[in-house]
Amino acid sequence: MSVESIFPRLEPLLPGVQKPIQYVGGELNSQVEDWDGADVRWALMYPDAYEVGLPNQGVQILYEILNERDRTLAERTYSVWPDMEAVMREHGIPQFTVDGHRPVAAFDVLGVSFSTELGYTNLLTALDLAGIPLEARDRTDGHPIVLAGGHAAFNPEPIADFLDAAVLGDGEEIALAITEVIREWKAEGEPDGRDGLLLRLAASGGVYVPKFFDVSYLPDGRIQRVAPNRPGVPWRVEKHTVMDLDAWPYPKKPLVPLAETVHERFSVEIFRGCTRGCRFCQAGMITRPVRERSITTIGAMVDTGLKESGFTEVGLLSLSSADHSEIGEVAKGLADRYEGTNTSLSLPSTRVDAFNITLANEFSRGGRRSGLTFAPEGGSERMRKVINKMVSEDDLIRTVTTAYENGWRQVKLYFMCGLPTEEDEDVMAIAGMARRVIQAGRDATGRRDIRCTVSIGGFVPKPHTPFQWAAQCDHATVDRRLKMLKDELRGDKEYGRAIGLRYHDGQPSVIEGLLSRGDRRVGKVIRAVWEDGGRFDGWTEHFSYARWTACADKAFAGEPVDLDWYTVREREEVEVLPWDHLDAGLDREWLWQDWQEATDGSEVEDCRWTPCYDCGVCPTMGTEIQIGPTGKKLLPLNVL
Amino acid sequence: MPEGPAPAPVTQRLRVRYAKRGRLRFTSHRDISRAVERAVRRAGIPVAFSAGFSPHPKISYAGAAATGTASEAEYLELGLTEHRDPARVREELDAALPDGLDIVDVVAVPAGAGKPSALADRLEASEWRIRLDGVPEGAAAAAVSAFLDAGAVEVERLTKKGRRRFDARSAVSAMEVERRAAEPADAPCAILRMVVRHTTPAVRPDDILTGLRQVADLAPPSPPLVTRLAQGPLDAATGGLADPLDPDRETATTHGSVAGAAGGAAQPQPGDAASADAVGARP
Repeated sequence: MSVESIFPRLEPLLPGVQKPIQYVGGELNSQVEDWDGADVRWALMYPDAYEVGLPNQGVQILYEILNERDRTLAERTYSVWPDMEAVMREHGIPQFTVDGHRPVAAFDVLGVSFSTELGYTNLLTALDLAGIPLEARDRTDGHPIVLAGGHAAFNPEPIADFLDAAVLGDGEEIALAITEVIREWKAEGEPDGRDGLLLRLAASGGVYVPKFFDVSYLPDGRIQRVAPNRPGVPWRVEKHTVMDLDAWPYPKKPLVPLAETVHERFSVEIFRGCTRGCRFCQAGMITRPVRERSITTIGAMVDTGLKESGFTEVGLLSLSSADHSEIGEVAKGLADRYEGTNTSLSLPSTRVDAFNITLANEFSRGGRRSGLTFAPEGGSERMRKVINKMVSEDDLIRTVTTAYENGWRQVKLYFMCGLPTEEDEDVMAIAGMARRVIQAGRDATGRRDIRCTVSIGGFVPKPHTPFQWAAQCDHATVDRRLKMLKDELRGDKEYGRAIGLRYHDGQPSVIEGLLSRGDRRVGKVIRAVWEDGGRFDGWTEHFSYARWTACADKAFAGEPVDLDWYTVREREEVEVLPWDHLDAGLDREWLWQDWQEATDGSEVEDCRWTPCYDCGVCPTMGTEIQIGPTGKKLLPLNVL
Repeated sequence: MPEGPAPAPVTQRLRVRYAKRGRLRFTSHRDISRAVERAVRRAGIPVAFSAGFSPHPKISYAGAAATGTASEAEYLELGLTEHRDPARVREELDAALPDGLDIVDVVAVPAGAGKPSALADRLEASEWRIRLDGVPEGAAAAAVSAFLDAGAVEVERLTKKGRRRFDARSAVSAMEVERRAAEPADAPCAILRMVVRHTTPAVRPDDILTGLRQVADLAPPSPPLVTRLAQGPLDAATGGLADPLDPDRETATTHGSVAGAAGGAAQPQPGDAASADAVGARP
């Protein structure tokens, strides 16, 4: 039975909505496969606006891999803006994919990639528009399996009621494995219906099915136990790790949108994982170990990606791109290959050292040297020791001096506010650092037009990090410290005007904290916020703190827990955390020890260059660090 | 200043007619210019770049149909650093663009024939087709007559400079209801065809629909489907539009060069670089 496109019904309505191009599909390299030619059909969703979701690497990779597989199809769907939601409700148009404009409810799987917890309300909008019951227990055999992935899936408990399943870690291999399980189950005539399929998925230990686990609570509100509630379901669910990135050189044919999106470039992941050990960084903890893509695969991917897309910018992505063992050769090789072609290269996420200036110079050969970004994260030496960001202020000054000497005029510095053990003076130290940066620039160049932008984010403690036990800083304290810093810079006649300060107020971080470390009881709050109109919580203009607190008060009435309990409360070692049964490979004792060492400021070195410090990931997951050098070089394209 | 040699000069200019069709009519002008820049790169067409810190490809656009409006006749100009066969550029660029952004015609601006007239100057008027679903042909015909009979039809539109009132009638040189074979379908539908001169302020199909509503209370129940069918010099004798690329084809023939003919092999012409700057100027 084929599924009709809803486009003929949608088209007459498009002139009435903002940026209609985001709903029409037809991107270069997108595809619409024959519905009846596939046995397993995925709708892949990024739960944010098209302009944010389209460039997402995870969705693009899975889209391509699934569509390459025989008798399997994948289409994409994104969150619709509130104006479109109203039009769809008025005319009875369901949540649709942008490829075939097919109703999401007709697919076998709705796979949702959560980079951030602030997309949870958007999941509910999509489910509701799709006509899929919000709660998993109300779904029947005809409904898609609602499956979450992405970093937020490492603690999916706050949305456990709305999910059928979640997957932790790299998606390439597990998405195909799930596809085959579904194919077999369908071929056998769908034995035992929906639960039969979910049980097959859960039995492997590689797919988390929340409803197969029961959570019980202590009278004081803490979790007593999380345990499987039926035979064949393992106690722990493991994350997935792709061990050979060269075997998965995706995206090969990047999607090129017609609409303007947040990243207009071809991105290549040059490695996954990070062992720098920054204690606040969830990404660095849950993606271990480091696995590099080889210089030759990187070169080939850039070549294909540019030819297939026509993009003029290449981004070399990873959690700390300058740490690739052959980054110097990669940079030089690409700069040589693309010199004179008006192709620009960018290297996000770099660390603070002079070597990065060499790289940045290579990448901007003959072009503009506008700004460089560094992330000291903490303003004082003490603070940086607590978070294990091993950068001294003198290192930073040396680095920016080199940058200014090489013609760079603007430096951007990233910090966090509200870190564990933080005092007012730690935040005020940011001002001192920014002043020294400006002075270093003036000394190096003899010019006065030196600029420095200080950008500050609120710290949110995340699951599977040493700070998972920490008390989150309350928003009033964060706001007060930021105001002190702002006043200090504003009153500075010598440097103040050369320093730009960017920050957000502290309230959204509190809600992100609730959703990050919440348990299943938080689902009621999410649902209440959504029912009250909450949408696009990652967008300042849509986010309402008052709505979240009011809904939390109501949902937690009569319970021993509240918003503060989830956020500003420090946890003890023995407390069962909502995600303890979800295994990122990290040894819980090591995490606790690292948390203790953080508070006395002991630092941990990177295990790529120093002995293993037993974080637990490699032995638990059967993985190992994979780094070069390979000794290979990038040859000019015309001799290949 | 950036290091390195000055960018390669323009040695050939190509004038391109393209269409935006179907669902791609929802692209904005900015969407199209990004898509064209990428398609030019994918097709390996040697487009010239401006000098400076952020070099831009030398692609200039002559007007642009509004977002949501389909078109069979949009125009752009490419400045190339090497000569290319226009027919091949038409094929390659068309293949590199998403379906719905389609290249219709490519003509080389003849070299050595003095400065050719600017393409934008030749686009004197547009021919529009407006499909009005749910409007009976009779009602449309009555509204068209009332509009044409009026001496002036003042309409109001919100522009970037605030509310403006202007006459929508005088720019319209022809308008009629398209006669179609009667369909047994019960859904009424009227199709308007019109030729509208490019004036300042511009009179858009929207403004004409506003005028039709004012003079005859014509109110389509669903959004009209607007298509630009042609742009070009207004032929005073016939009231129709000529092909704005014809003068380039004709000049090429007169001067015995095949550079302008779509199938001809282009010959490099020394001295072309002098006109490089004109290409980069946006109308």
